[in-house]
Amino acid sequence: MSTHSSPYHIIPFKTYITVFTALLVLTVVTVAVSFVDLGSYNLVIAMLVASIKASLVAMFFMHLYYDNKLNLIIFLTSLLFLAIFIIFIMFDTMTRDNIYKIKAGPINPSAKIYDNQKSSEGGTGH
Amino acid sequence: MSHPAHLQHHFSDSQQQHESSKLGMWLFLVTEVLMFGGLFCAYAILRAWYPEMFFHAHKVLDVMMGSVNTVVLITSSLTMALSIHAIQNNNQKAGVKYLTVTLILASVFLIIKYFEYSHKIHLGQLPGKFYTFTGIEGNNPHLFFSMYFLMTGLHGIHVVGGMAVIYWMMRRMKRGEFSSEYYTPVEIVGLFWHLVDLIWIFLFPLFYLIG
Repeated sequence: MSTHSSPYHIIPFKTYITVFTALLVLTVVTVAVSFVDLGSYNLVIAMLVASIKASLVAMFFMHLYYDNKLNLIIFLTSLLFLAIFIIFIMFDTMTRDNIYKIKAGPINPSAKIYDNQKSSEGGTGH
Repeated sequence: MSHPAHLQHHFSDSQQQHESSKLGMWLFLVTEVLMFGGLFCAYAILRAWYPEMFFHAHKVLDVMMGSVNTVVLITSSLTMALSIHAIQNNNQKAGVKYLTVTLILASVFLIIKYFEYSHKIHLGQLPGKFYTFTGIEGNNPHLFFSMYFLMTGLHGIHVVGGMAVIYWMMRRMKRGEFSSEYYTPVEIVGLFWHLVDLIWIFLFPLFYLIG
């Protein structure tokens, strides 16, 4: 084995700086967009930008782009199962009131924390 | 046949040992993703139930502090990656320097977090039954702060744990235990640190930017 160079893949210094710059720009973008009211698109854009940032970190800082693809598959599998977990729970959560007439309300309507509010609508908590 | 001191007997060569260690770390990171995943799921449910409350509650968080912390953590991820870059080029000195900067940035992150937490504790913006603040409209605002403290708190514990292992790596690198031939532990610690960064990349918009 050579003693001069690493046997492992070395990512050029410039690549790290480029990725870092991209991450900073995306941070500025996501903060700037949050001050503009785009309705439900705010959430979509914020999550999209966060996912791009996360991909950059995973691909370059965590070397997944250059690694054995097995590592990437393992990581993506965890995200797949996370998506299944959250999406199916949301199916349930968001369609509950089709069956039960329940509206999310205060757990304790007479709590002191509501004193400043004009009215806290009644109803049972989830 | 002689073999390098760092190579354990059950591996055929350094490369295989390195790959196996990384594979093991990725499996651990999967469990981390799933652990935080449970909290992200709880966040999604509560947000779906109380959209207005989340909107009003998120305004009490300081976007400036959150943004600065995001930049601090991204920069610390860069210096972590650069320390691995340095040791890959057999430059222990630069490697130790980059790890030191990473540690300093991690401390800055925690100090800013400390100011945010103490401000909220002072105002009674606390989880569950400890919540006494009266300035947020909407139902069950204490639930927002339950999620906020749970998620940023668990993330904060990871930052502290990350700092401990980065410090350990710094000591070992100073002692000259790593070289371009063998730096697997630094790489593993780097993966952990980047995951901490990854999680913050999602926590930041979910709490500070969109309520």
